[in-house]
Amino acid sequence: MIRFENVGLRYGMGPEILRDISFQIPPSSFQFLSGPSGAGKTTLLRLLFMSLKPTRGLIQMFGKDRSRITPRDLPLLRRRIGIVFQDFRLLDHMTTYENVALPLRVRGREESSYRSDVSELLKWVGLGERMHVLPPVLSGGEKQRAAIARALIEQPEILLADEPTGNVDPPLARRLLRLFIELNRLGTAVVIATHDLGLMEQVDARRMILSNGRLDIYD
Amino acid sequence: MIEMPVEVSANSGAGAERAKERVRKGQAPIVPARGVAGNALVLVIAIMTFLSCLTLGAVTMVRDTAAAWQTQIAREATIQIKPDEGLDMEAALAESASIAGGFPGVTGTRIIDRNATARLLEPWLGAGLNMDELPVPRLVILTVDRASPPDFAALRSALTEKVPGLILDDHRTWVDRLVSMSRTTVTIGLTVLALILLATVLTVVFATRGAMAGNGHIIEVLHFVGAEARFIAKEFRRNFLVTGMKGAVAGGFAAVLVFLGFSLWSSRNLATPQADQAMALFGNFSIGVLGYAGVVFIVALIGAITAATSHATVVAHLHGLEVRQPDG
Repeated sequence: MIRFENVGLRYGMGPEILRDISFQIPPSSFQFLSGPSGAGKTTLLRLLFMSLKPTRGLIQMFGKDRSRITPRDLPLLRRRIGIVFQDFRLLDHMTTYENVALPLRVRGREESSYRSDVSELLKWVGLGERMHVLPPVLSGGEKQRAAIARALIEQPEILLADEPTGNVDPPLARRLLRLFIELNRLGTAVVIATHDLGLMEQVDARRMILSNGRLDIYD
Repeated sequence: MIEMPVEVSANSGAGAERAKERVRKGQAPIVPARGVAGNALVLVIAIMTFLSCLTLGAVTMVRDTAAAWQTQIAREATIQIKPDEGLDMEAALAESASIAGGFPGVTGTRIIDRNATARLLEPWLGAGLNMDELPVPRLVILTVDRASPPDFAALRSALTEKVPGLILDDHRTWVDRLVSMSRTTVTIGLTVLALILLATVLTVVFATRGAMAGNGHIIEVLHFVGAEARFIAKEFRRNFLVTGMKGAVAGGFAAVLVFLGFSLWSSRNLATPQADQAMALFGNFSIGVLGYAGVVFIVALIGAITAATSHATVVAHLHGLEVRQPDG
């Protein structure tokens, strides 16, 4: 589904942040992306989300060469990817429900066609009671779950999550992890960027460890 | 859908009910109106529209007044006969009136008689003037058919042949000067209007960009949830069009009020010296249908400029997001 070959990335004339990164993300796979702070996890996620282009190497996204993907094609490809940001990026003037429904709204779907799906998903992530409140009154964990729900609403082929348990307590972190596992069981590939070793130990999954710009993979 | 081991409880509470009501009525706009509109932007657009409309109104008024002057002057010509020894003034007046009256393009002649001439000179020479004591020139007023004016050169030679020393003044010099003056004034006015419109465009561009800066996070979120550029641009354009139109309509309305106020003032003070002076300078303070149409045009133009600016800004922002490179 996604293939990186000898990918390198540098900012300006500085040293390479990522060097000779090669890996594949098969459909329905589950992997953790880990490494010390500043190792380039977020940068690698941005490459996966196509908001950055590599300075060298080959990236294939859903069978297409990244260098040949035009800006016009990007929105359609991004719809196949769900992303959860570390800082949530919820729109404060919209309710939780409206934030989660946003991906469907931008596709021009009628609200009546997705209302029950969004409500069900919100209940599923434990936000049934917080559906109609604005993000500023949500706790960190609730915002995180809302951001996850927004990434899942379109049932993407792959979910990228940047430190999804960074703002939640351990019980909720375990619950979110169960959510990701359940999602993966239903066919969505999952990449979780985290430096939470406790979280990784709970699942027997592939680990991609970034250090000094290089990637080591432990299957 | 997927099952999740999370307990669900009934949703209750007045706040939640209100929010539910909002969902039933329609969802929140993707781009919040208050964030974009910013009263300052509406005010800036209103002021610039007001100034543009005032300038346009002034140009229209000067042009109309100059045209009215020109029409009035071109409708008449004057024969002037200076007294000379051995000249029978009354006979000369009658003869020149008869020659001119028979000329094609002259629709009427009127000899200014001795009493009327004395009245004309009264402000300068006082009452009880004895015309015979002074060499006062006498006048014949010709009414000219504006549609097919007479051949003034032929008329002049025909008249001077019979009455030497006669001067035919077709007001051409005045008309030419007036035309040139009104053209210059209108050109200056239009240049000022163009400059104000340019300043409006730039102000709107900067103000819109400023208002857009606070909405960068919305563009990014829409971008990340897979919204196409045209969808994002449309959302912002619609919002800014409303903002632009609010300001433009307010400014245009204020300008129309000013025009109507002046018009009312001049009609109420019709016979007063101030109004006469103002009327002499500006006509009747009416900007006419064309002027009001111009106000509507400027309002629409400024609304369109605001919408187009926001569209261009969003597209540029998105382009920046797409082509952002690590070495960029």
